[in-house]
Amino acid sequence: MSGWWSDRRVGPALGSAGVLVLAIIAGMTVYVLREAWPSFSANGLAWFGTGGDANVQLENIFRSEPPFEYMLRAWPLLYGTLLSSGGAVIFGLVLSTLTAVFIVEFAPPSVVRILEPVVRLLAGVPSVIYGLIGVLVLVPFLNDHLISTERKESVFYVIQLTGQSLLVATALLTIMIVPIMIAIAVDALRSVPSSWTEGALALGANRMRVMWTIALRAARPALVAGAVLALARALGEAIMLAMVSGGVIFAPNPLDGSTFFFEPIQPLAAAIVQGAEGITVKPYGQTLFAFAAVIMVSSVGLSITGWAVRRRLRRFAA
Amino acid sequence: MSALATPPQERPPRLRTDPSGSWRAWPLRDRVLLGLCWAAGLALIAIAALIVLYMLVKGVQYLRPELLWDRPEASIDQSRSGGFLDPILGTVLIVVGALVIAAPLGVATAVWLTEYGKPKWLARMVESGIEVIAGTPSIVLALFGLAFFAQGGLGFLSATGEGGAVFGRSLLICCAVLSLEALPLIVGATREGLLSTPRHVREASYALGKTRAATIHRVLLPVARPNIATGCALGMGRVAGDTAVVLLLGGGTLQLTTNGSIPGLNYLQGTGSTLTTYVYANSPSGEGGAPEKAYAAAFLLLALVLVLNWAVDRIARGSNERLGWTR
Amino acid sequence: MDPLMPPPPIRRIVVDAPHVVVPAPEPETNGAVRMRPRVTTDVVERMRVEELTITYGPKVAVNGVNLPVHQGEVLALIGPSGCGKTTLLRSLNRLVELTPGAARGGKIVLDGDDVDAIEVTSLRRRISMVFQQPNPFPMSIFDNVAYALREQGSKRVKRAELMAPVRNALERAGLWDEVGDDLDRPALRMSGGQQQRLCIARALAADPEVLLLDEPCSALDPRSTATIEELILQLRESLAVVIVTHNLQQAYRIADRVAFMYLGELVEYGLAEDVFERPQHTRTAEYVGGAFG
Repeated sequence: MSGWWSDRRVGPALGSAGVLVLAIIAGMTVYVLREAWPSFSANGLAWFGTGGDANVQLENIFRSEPPFEYMLRAWPLLYGTLLSSGGAVIFGLVLSTLTAVFIVEFAPPSVVRILEPVVRLLAGVPSVIYGLIGVLVLVPFLNDHLISTERKESVFYVIQLTGQSLLVATALLTIMIVPIMIAIAVDALRSVPSSWTEGALALGANRMRVMWTIALRAARPALVAGAVLALARALGEAIMLAMVSGGVIFAPNPLDGSTFFFEPIQPLAAAIVQGAEGITVKPYGQTLFAFAAVIMVSSVGLSITGWAVRRRLRRFAA
Repeated sequence: MSALATPPQERPPRLRTDPSGSWRAWPLRDRVLLGLCWAAGLALIAIAALIVLYMLVKGVQYLRPELLWDRPEASIDQSRSGGFLDPILGTVLIVVGALVIAAPLGVATAVWLTEYGKPKWLARMVESGIEVIAGTPSIVLALFGLAFFAQGGLGFLSATGEGGAVFGRSLLICCAVLSLEALPLIVGATREGLLSTPRHVREASYALGKTRAATIHRVLLPVARPNIATGCALGMGRVAGDTAVVLLLGGGTLQLTTNGSIPGLNYLQGTGSTLTTYVYANSPSGEGGAPEKAYAAAFLLLALVLVLNWAVDRIARGSNERLGWTR
Repeated sequence: MDPLMPPPPIRRIVVDAPHVVVPAPEPETNGAVRMRPRVTTDVVERMRVEELTITYGPKVAVNGVNLPVHQGEVLALIGPSGCGKTTLLRSLNRLVELTPGAARGGKIVLDGDDVDAIEVTSLRRRISMVFQQPNPFPMSIFDNVAYALREQGSKRVKRAELMAPVRNALERAGLWDEVGDDLDRPALRMSGGQQQRLCIARALAADPEVLLLDEPCSALDPRSTATIEELILQLRESLAVVIVTHNLQQAYRIADRVAFMYLGELVEYGLAEDVFERPQHTRTAEYVGGAFG
């Protein structure tokens, strides 16, 4: 027994676990990109562009007989992804900054004792529950009370407004990504050297100004890192968005004024879930893999960026 | 005499100003910001309270005991579509299964990173690799699993159709893919525990002539056990809450099916559902269209997540009390 | 004071006869150590501490201290570590209130007003503080010095308007010649001595009446220390200076008056000459003698 526990054996044995992790990542990259390749190569860069109706294109891909049809202009899906996750990150940045300042500086200890578990709870609620609340509570509420008949008629010839909308998607996505942003911001605000905040207080700045001009300023890289990591999460959120985004691929038009927020979106990840039934159909499945490849590349890139920023920050604070 | 003999005890002085009361003198802009800070904090509390309360009300309203031990049936008639025994069992199966895969792998990786970490370039790569896995959305992991496990050689993990076509979907495959979601949480928590172990604890063990490996086995792992438990609880929460992977890789049957002949393993090799996919399937987005049952199952799921959250809190608090020297 | 009113403008009190106290005697010229220039202005009482007691929970940090603070003189607080001198200093600008569990009894008066009656941000602009470790903010030199000025009002002030007071503060801190040509340099790139002088300039920018220094030279090399000591002697002309120091030689070099504290109590207070050369209490004699014996 004691002979087995020698460093010469244990070190490499444990190290192989780490290597396995790397192998899995390599495998993931290879498998996803290989499956996705036909869709990209058939369309070229136009894959990311606009043109035609993506609903019809996907339908054609689904039905095509060999030689397979791959023609797709995925811009409406990309646009929906950017709109919902971008919006959620912007709202989340405001909400998380205010909350983090509140937790670190202003909340009475009794409120902090409630708020910290609340943040962890919001992070832990499964996305299917957010989706359920969205589709059974928020969407009907929007449809019945907030979207007037005139509004529905005004865009009647382009899209049907059901309440499954950009607004609901963004709101729920904000709540889902805000906990991680708060956690990172609180972490960073707490590690701001007290000599800076004390120095500012001693100069006659009030506590709010100290948070704003000194602490948040010093914590800015962490806020950026939090936003980047949250964006990675938002891009990959599939189930909740699939539940509240309806089955139609549509690009909301900012020219529609406030109706814009009530128009439906279909982000990439949601489209994969919506189309999961047909994933065994070859060209269609490969198209879904192309969606996954786009999500994978962008969210992996974003999370490495966020991680690197946080790492540098930690070294700086120590 | 007796009362006056001793001078009155000097009362401790009071702080005459309330430091938090000073906001009254702030400029309007800062007072508005303070109001917004309070609003943000209270709004989050309100949202969480609303979610929990709403699910509680719906759960109490729709959760009948027989739902817990009835098997789901495919029926348009809601009174005959059964309960969610199978999804509950499915959730338990994949949580346990994913943990069995992820815990050893995660602990080993964490120990290697903190205690060995050589060669350095490899350690750094593994470290960022963990971060990559943590940042990969579950839908991408699901598609990776679909592409990977449908290969010919891996047919034993799931059902194989006529002509050797591999189905590539089973609860076992779900476990394998979901273990990747739990992995970063376990690695992170374990590393935290190992890193917060003071150097003198390690040195005391080396001084007794123990090897590094024995020190890890006998000293560090027991010390880091609360952290490992925290990581596992977090990972279990993540696995239990995942929908996308089970939706794509679980095989799409509400009932647990068996496949293969080895008892116990045959359920893992078969298909099935979990509470999350049951909720999804019964919501208007899925096919079922039985919101009552979706609510009841979602309530159960939320309760499970709350219990795991509470466990994480308890473990963290308990370990702080026992290991006083970490503070 | 109506809490909703804006903080009162900083004002300088007019020196009238009863406030004037006897200035410290002329520096002796025979000892090379105490080469201090004479104060050219009147010596005026600016602050007064009455029966000050500060506790952290059950621990009494400062116990029943009475102490005047004069403009035109340097007051040095000396004593062994943990004797409460830093706590006393931090209570003067009410910074001690940030410490959880701290409680205060007694009274502190600034120019006749109880400090509790003065809005805390304007109080801290009138009583500025420099810390033990140089703590420039992570921004440019200009922004550091302009910080207090910008925080004074709620309106955004243009850089051009701030230039004159910033330059003035840097000149008073003796830093203008070194950094005046590049005010946009990050403050954290300066040397330790420069950083501490920048902190003094930052504290002077809002034109305070009292300057508190908490062991300002303990992190610095001898040359920077000498520069800052010279600076302190110049500054005492225009404001009251209170310095906490561990370094008895430093107290001897720059202080006009010395307060010796021990276990939270003020043991001896008087002219620097008297405390160092003719201490009245054995504790003082032991402590001072340890350094000079």
